[in-house]
Amino acid sequence: MSDASNPSVDDVANKVDDDALGAFASGVDTTEQFPLQVEGLRKSFGGITAVDGASFEVEAGTLTGLIGPNGAGKSTTFNLITGMLKPDAGTVTFNGEDITGLEPHEIANRGMVRTFQIARELSDMTVLENMMLAPKHQRGEALWRSVTPVLRDDVREQEEELLERVWEVLDFFDIDHIAHEYAGNLSGGQRKLLEMARALLTDPDMLLLDEPFAGVNPTLEKKLLEHVHELREQGYTFLLVEHDMDLIMNNCEHVIVLHQGQVLTEGTPDDIRSNEEVIEAYLGGTV
Amino acid sequence: MSVKEDITARVPGGDTGLIVLVLASAYLLYLLAGIGLGYDLRGQLNSIATLTFYIGVFAMLSLALNLHWGYTGLFNIGIVGFMAVGVYVMALVSKPLYVAGGAAQVGGLGLPLWVGILAGMLAAAILGFVVALPALRLRADYLAIVTIAMSEIVRFSFLSGDLQAFSLMGTRVGFGGGSGLILDFTPPLEALFQAFGLWGVYNGLVDAFRAIVPTNPKPVVDGLIYGLLLLGFVVAFYWLLKRTGESPFGRVLKAIREDEDVANALGKNTDGFKIKSFMLGCALMGLAGILWLMPQGAVTPNFFRPRVTFFVWIALIIGGAGSNTGSVLGGAVFAAVLYQGPRYFQNLVSTVFPNLDSPSGFGQAISPLISSFDPVPFLLYTIDSIRQLQLVVMGLVLIWLMHNRPEGLLGHRKETASVIPLSRPKSMVAADGGADESVRTDGGVDEGDSTVDRESNGGVDDE
Repeated sequence: MSDASNPSVDDVANKVDDDALGAFASGVDTTEQFPLQVEGLRKSFGGITAVDGASFEVEAGTLTGLIGPNGAGKSTTFNLITGMLKPDAGTVTFNGEDITGLEPHEIANRGMVRTFQIARELSDMTVLENMMLAPKHQRGEALWRSVTPVLRDDVREQEEELLERVWEVLDFFDIDHIAHEYAGNLSGGQRKLLEMARALLTDPDMLLLDEPFAGVNPTLEKKLLEHVHELREQGYTFLLVEHDMDLIMNNCEHVIVLHQGQVLTEGTPDDIRSNEEVIEAYLGGTV
Repeated sequence: MSVKEDITARVPGGDTGLIVLVLASAYLLYLLAGIGLGYDLRGQLNSIATLTFYIGVFAMLSLALNLHWGYTGLFNIGIVGFMAVGVYVMALVSKPLYVAGGAAQVGGLGLPLWVGILAGMLAAAILGFVVALPALRLRADYLAIVTIAMSEIVRFSFLSGDLQAFSLMGTRVGFGGGSGLILDFTPPLEALFQAFGLWGVYNGLVDAFRAIVPTNPKPVVDGLIYGLLLLGFVVAFYWLLKRTGESPFGRVLKAIREDEDVANALGKNTDGFKIKSFMLGCALMGLAGILWLMPQGAVTPNFFRPRVTFFVWIALIIGGAGSNTGSVLGGAVFAAVLYQGPRYFQNLVSTVFPNLDSPSGFGQAISPLISSFDPVPFLLYTIDSIRQLQLVVMGLVLIWLMHNRPEGLLGHRKETASVIPLSRPKSMVAADGGADESVRTDGGVDEGDSTVDRESNGGVDDE
């Protein structure tokens, strides 16, 4: 993971953990307590620096909000964390492993899955096909196993298991009545539900939601939030990008404010609410 | 929606029924045309064999292309290049060793035919890999540019004198250059039947055919049996690609076609899937090329012009990209109507009206139309040159299809990408049934619901 001469924080932490058998409970387990650690992330497009040395951590089992005015670098940060973009500098550590610059699929397979700002359903596939796609390590994804007669029975068996899970998740999100529908025919809100359900089926530790409530009606928003809270209670970690300040303030335990590509401040919703800098950033103080 | 859709839905036996129906009407039309042309039995049998041959090759090629375009969204317009590599490598491996003074200017490695066929498919797949590796990482259009350029590079390479003859493993081999390559290996049918020890049986069949075709029945029987063999290969392609599509592998391919970023974000190594799909399709195109040209006595590089690629595309578009059944149907319709049809039509017209005096040039055809509004010479001229107009007809058909039925004959028929049907498992229905009062039992009810859903959302979603 890192050179022996230059041990990283995580190595030290793990070492301490091993040696002290958890005696120093507070200083230990940084990776376990903070599965996602972002350090000095930087990305520029031409002359514009979209993300300028952002550093933050996301605590396990929390619903953490990432907010900021337009152009603060929220989406770019998301893309850098999930591998859609490669950072110019900085590191992303997930579950103690340096995942900077890995491909999106490699990051997803390590347990961190994202959804997209504009729900990107696979329109010409049914809701069920969309859902069946998501689970990791499907045996039938190897071509030879899918076509060879005897081995295909093995694939069939796994498909049957997956199908049950898929229907459970469909029930959980209350979209079982549109299961056979083409995803392209769904309404905007249904697409958001589908996307979250699909991400969940990859069996992630952590979900990154990019504006999951944009363009969603209040009733559905409430429903989506209920799902998120329920999942968080089950132990999932969420990082949420959102525009709606009220929504973030009322639902997140921890809020990170990005401004001009840097972390302006972070803390509990109450801290943020009373922070002068944040108010200024949002109301357009310095640009 | 349209009348045609109703018809395709009403044919008994579903898609299979539709294919059988289309094939049956094609054969019937050709038999009738044969009667009109005054063919004897031999002529009729030959015409059936030729039709079967082209239906076979175009169905195979359009199935392979469907894997690329219909399933994975890979825009391959270099099909003919993979066919060429398949045939040429097969010839290189399977042609007999060079003998000085023989008819063939170059020899091959003298290995059995099946080794050559496998080598040809492998070579096409490897070429696919080489082409795909840089191009797949770029935007989709670049793959199109790279593949068509590749197919021309392949053609010019086989034309070039440098590859005409060279030495490989101490024997004189080569690709024959512009003058072509004589395919002097054992004829494929003979090799096939000998491999199974059935050559004697086959010769018996040929002899039995003397009863209906008294003189030299062998070419007739060869043609018919080879046609049947090709249809067998079509079934095999269909079987393989259906299983490929209806699997988790096929599901990822479909997802790549829809939105590659999403598939990637869900943990699928999309580059790997694309390369596998591309290589498999290329190998099948190589095999189709081999099967097309193997029974001919010789092969020349200029057969492999890009137009063949576009023929296959037209076949796929007619049938409907994304559907394996549609690909077979498209191949059959293309072969029967657009590829062989104009020739038969012209022969038919000149047989039925033997005294038609068609003008010999475009000027003579067009001048009466302008000077005295007499369209007859122009009409006659058009019929006379219908073979040359084949490409124009194809273009018109394409334009018509794009306007009226862009999804093709069976493009609306979506084949579910999973090994099992995706309705709610029975065990779960039972478990939920008692507790939940708003149970939706399974597929049947769901579909009812979802149609309502579709209708109520339809207007908004279309935006």
